[in-house]
Amino acid sequence: MKTLAMGPIALLALCAAAPTQAETGEELYHVYCIQCHGTAGDGRGVNAAAMDVLPRAHIDPVEMGARQDADLNKVIHQGGKSINKSVLMPSWGHNLTDEQVEKLVQHLRVLCNCGG
Amino acid sequence: MSTHCLKVLALGAAIAAAMPAGAADAQSSCGGCHALSEPDFATLGVVERLQRQAPPLWFAGNKYKEGWLEQWLQAPTTILPAGYFPNAAITHTDEGDVVDPAKLHQHDALSAADAKAVADELMALKPHDDLIAAMNYEPGNLALRMGTMDFRKFKGCQACHHDAEGDGGFSGPELYTAWQRLQPAFIASFITDPRAWDTNTIMPQMEMNEAAVYKLVDYLRLIGGGEQ
Repeated sequence: MKTLAMGPIALLALCAAAPTQAETGEELYHVYCIQCHGTAGDGRGVNAAAMDVLPRAHIDPVEMGARQDADLNKVIHQGGKSINKSVLMPSWGHNLTDEQVEKLVQHLRVLCNCGG
Repeated sequence: MSTHCLKVLALGAAIAAAMPAGAADAQSSCGGCHALSEPDFATLGVVERLQRQAPPLWFAGNKYKEGWLEQWLQAPTTILPAGYFPNAAITHTDEGDVVDPAKLHQHDALSAADAKAVADELMALKPHDDLIAAMNYEPGNLALRMGTMDFRKFKGCQACHHDAEGDGGFSGPELYTAWQRLQPAFIASFITDPRAWDTNTIMPQMEMNEAAVYKLVDYLRLIGGGEQ
């Protein structure tokens, strides 16, 4: 049975990674954002096709450059409604710490290669 | 090898040793992909989520309806249309990210005897009876049109979830079968505070009062064929 052989290997694989709390903005983005904003940050995540409002393309320097870091921080914390945008962007303030949100904001600046 | 690693390996061995041969085989393979005890979130951080391959099962007894679990293990179907995030079965194309069916993991089917043994073991995992007891959900009346509008437009749930076959987002589990699969109090509790169940959940905690949460539960009951 294939899974029986894979079970112990999977357990060992889990052990191979060193425990750490120092997650990066890129890792946080991969967990919380790619579903809608896409693995490439182009706003075309796997959920996008089902949405009435397309997610923001984080690689767009014009759109992203028009947003201050404080705006990005607010929309991650409080959701799209907080800046009069779509309810489809949920509030992540209960899921993420302030430090994690700030890491995400800095990663967005890397993706857009732009300042706010 | 770290203490955490030893605990993971010991867990698999302990479960295997405690069960009949067939069920032990099946259960030890469960532990290869599913977490059967709560991870050390404080130490692992979000890296734990990056490593996950399948839904956690450490609170399975508080979550699933037992009859459904036993049946599903014998004839598993796809509940997560894109697989389990973030290690989902998606691929990037010129049209954006799409589900790659070839990457979707097919869960093994168990024999009736193994399914019963595994379901019995999983249903014994009840670390959060307190959260279940805190829910006072009673089925209420809800017009389908209003429930649909609430789910799709007002709360935005459809961005991640299917509320009808082939209709909705891909990153969350399909929800038109939720009423068949899940205990009503778990649905209500998980919507209310998903992090109370799973620190690294990617279900956002919405700011909703009890009535709003129960309205969503009523909608899932309605689309899931539950009793009025």
